[in-house]
Amino acid sequence: MTLRAFLANRRAMAGAAILVVFALLATLAPFLAPYSPTNINFPPMLGPSSAHLLGTTANGQDVLSQLIWGSRDTLLVGLLTATIISGIQLAVGIFGGYVGGWVDEVLSMLTNIFLVMPGLPLMIIVAAYVTVKGTVPIIFVITITGWAWGARVLRSQTLTLRSQAFVEAAQLSGESRWRIVLTHIVPNMAGILVANFFGAALYAVLSEAGLEFLGLGNVNTVTWGTMLYWAENDEALLMGLWQWMVLPGLCIALLGTAFGLLNFAVDEVVNPRLRRT
Amino acid sequence: MPYLMRRVLVLLLTGWAALTINFVLPRLMPGNPAEVMLARFQGRLSPRALAALTVEFGVHTHQSLLTQYVVYWGHMLTGNFGLSLTYYPASVGQMVAQAFPWTLGLVGISTLIAFVLGTGIGIAAAWRHGSRLDGVLLPVSLLLSAMPYFWFALLILYVFGFVLGWFPVGGGLNLAHRVGGFAGLGTVVDHAILPAATITITAAGGWVLTMRNNMVAILGADFVKFARAKGLADRTVEIRYAARNAILPSFTGFAMAIGFVVGGALLTEIVFSYPGLGYLLYEAVLNLDYPLMQAIFLFISLAVLVANFLADLAYILLDPRVRAVGRP
Amino acid sequence: MSPLLEITQLTVGYGGGERPPVLAVQDLDLTVRPGEVVGIAGESGCGKSTLALAASGLLDPPGRVLGGSVRFDGQDLLGLSPPAWRRLRLRQIAMVFQASMNVLNPVLRIRDQFLDAMQAHGVNSRRDAHERTQAVFELVKIPARFLDAYPHQLSGGMRQRAVIALCLVLEPRLIFMDEPTTALDVVVQRAILQSVNDLRVQRDFAVVFITHDLSLLIEIADRIAIMYAGYLVEEASGPELYQDPLHPYTQALMQAFPPLGEVRSRLQGIPGQPPDLRRLPPGCPFAARCGKVQRGRCDAVQPAMTVVTPGHRVACHLYPLAAEGGKRA
Repeated sequence: MTLRAFLANRRAMAGAAILVVFALLATLAPFLAPYSPTNINFPPMLGPSSAHLLGTTANGQDVLSQLIWGSRDTLLVGLLTATIISGIQLAVGIFGGYVGGWVDEVLSMLTNIFLVMPGLPLMIIVAAYVTVKGTVPIIFVITITGWAWGARVLRSQTLTLRSQAFVEAAQLSGESRWRIVLTHIVPNMAGILVANFFGAALYAVLSEAGLEFLGLGNVNTVTWGTMLYWAENDEALLMGLWQWMVLPGLCIALLGTAFGLLNFAVDEVVNPRLRRT
Repeated sequence: MPYLMRRVLVLLLTGWAALTINFVLPRLMPGNPAEVMLARFQGRLSPRALAALTVEFGVHTHQSLLTQYVVYWGHMLTGNFGLSLTYYPASVGQMVAQAFPWTLGLVGISTLIAFVLGTGIGIAAAWRHGSRLDGVLLPVSLLLSAMPYFWFALLILYVFGFVLGWFPVGGGLNLAHRVGGFAGLGTVVDHAILPAATITITAAGGWVLTMRNNMVAILGADFVKFARAKGLADRTVEIRYAARNAILPSFTGFAMAIGFVVGGALLTEIVFSYPGLGYLLYEAVLNLDYPLMQAIFLFISLAVLVANFLADLAYILLDPRVRAVGRP
Repeated sequence: MSPLLEITQLTVGYGGGERPPVLAVQDLDLTVRPGEVVGIAGESGCGKSTLALAASGLLDPPGRVLGGSVRFDGQDLLGLSPPAWRRLRLRQIAMVFQASMNVLNPVLRIRDQFLDAMQAHGVNSRRDAHERTQAVFELVKIPARFLDAYPHQLSGGMRQRAVIALCLVLEPRLIFMDEPTTALDVVVQRAILQSVNDLRVQRDFAVVFITHDLSLLIEIADRIAIMYAGYLVEEASGPELYQDPLHPYTQALMQAFPPLGEVRSRLQGIPGQPPDLRRLPPGCPFAARCGKVQRGRCDAVQPAMTVVTPGHRVACHLYPLAAEGGKRA
């Protein structure tokens, strides 16, 4: 029933459609991209032409090929980070909410601290200290700053569920704690988990773009963030190479919107109070 | 534990955590970044300054970690943040003090505008939820809040700064930055308009969504229905009964939102070469100026903490239920 | 006496669009005379709350009135403009909701919620407003100092009485009460009902009291209407219904809720479930659960409303039209 409501939700379908397009772009990049994204042997700073539909960069790379290949790492970092963040949120939220007592106090305090700590500045200084630039440190810094909000939401949801009759019944019938968590609590939070996942993916994609724009990622990989880094460094807009600057940012915004739409729609489907009447 | 005490505790603990992160990071990271930094500045700094740095970052020292930590705290509490490597021989404290008001003014004002604007639009959208206005506003707000701040900043800088020439581009701000003063309030406002617009527009989207959802949920509440049954004017029901309650979660969610906005604001400053903490942080990162970086992180964290605390206080004022429970 | 509220042939549905709407109230006739207490009883989902919402103009989409009319003091309510409705509310018609404990705005002081209401209805003198507020607070027996409290500082019963006081402050002529006391314990419930009854005598307003607890109605109501699956199935005065319940459903309800004071030895639910309103079977909607069902008749032909004795009508095949000389009421 929930699935049907989800499928009938226009916003959900719009978000899913954008995501599918980008996913296809990422998987089929070798077939779709006209050139290698790292080939620097083209004449630099070309405008759009039949050979280079979106022109070339100041370094003589094909913008279209970079855009297509760039979807790979961008999407990968976004989804992978969101998965890790969701795992941490689930663990911290459920553990704190279900076990209670001092464990909960400590975890809540920790959650509150990370919640209030401004994310990007922390990411910037951590990334600046990391001597090896690359995808793994990026995922790492986004994860440590991005898990707190969802953990708080899941904790309060766990607290609500724990006091429900069917969980209490399971406890009285002597089911083990972890069985109750797995069979009664997690399934009832599936909607919130999925919504949080998309929220985390949005956060991850935007953070990744910001960090890479600052040159804190590996600037030799091709992602939308590093494309923007190079476009800004080579003053793409002043050179009239607007497509080099505008399109990667637009792709990030669209991908972010897709995650946002999905987050919103799932929330709407699982939370009847938001449903359209 | 009363709400206020809990918030004070979080404030103190988070402040402690921010300070401790600064202490731990350079000592924890593989590849010893501090040593790399020292090597780079060998010969450019006075031997005394170098010696001070080795102590600060725990390189080539025989002190125990605990002693180092105590010394570090001593420095922080006395406001001794060391020397900036980029702006040597200026001290980090001076640099931060110079940049901080710019950021506070820019980010403070534009965040406030974004909050008021976004919340207002969210109320209006929710009141007409399911309408065409609501249907259009939602995806637009999502798109606005999903745009990379710095990208949007670059675009409006290009369009309104370079192409149309309506507003000064980064260079003018650099001038203000180097001179360290300003010709008049007019130029400050002039320079602030584009970055403030960036922050306001991208941040407002988030508040629209938050408020809209809270408000839609509240509109189904029994007390809103009863307000209608009392025959109150629509406007009264909308604002005094529904919105007045729906805004409360915006304050509890403030922590995450403000952190995100500040992050975006830093990037915006970088794009506009705005002489605030964000731009300073960028320069510090480019130059591996760790002392400056640390101090900026600390100041931003403290500023965000204080902003959060103020939001908590506002929440206490707005919601009688979190105040001490008692009978009249 | 001319009726205060006159509901005729009212049909209310939910949803619609592509699918046919689900009918929560069908072809319902009911009148309320000034100063009278009319009780409406039935299991949850029988349409009694929908009826109250529709008659008081508070039905939210996707619910809407599909047919019939509601007249208040001779005035057609269904065609009323929103501003006209607004003027009528609380002044003429008030509504105490099912979830009355949660109907006060949690962030405003009780006093301000009274003042808001009076200001909306043109009581502009603050002094006048304060005096009226104090007076109704005394009526419902809440100490005046609680006027400056926030709702969460009041107990459930007190909040309930505060809401009733709020509904009385402009002296309306009709009050709907939709399960106003269900969430409260029995002692508080009875205290509140007692004070409502006293107030009614003092202030002379009519009450439409909605509950699933028939025994409660028998004590307080002048007239009782029984609803099942959106239909009115029986209507009689309180004593008459108690002495001589005709519809098998009414009889079953009586057994489920024996009057207070009697030993609830046979306390039991009615076997079976109310029918799914989306797929009402043909014939009498109660046929599937009825102990006196006549196969081939009850599950085929819908019984019409029959006046059995003056003031007592029932829709059931056990009481045929012709035999009693009844007519469709």
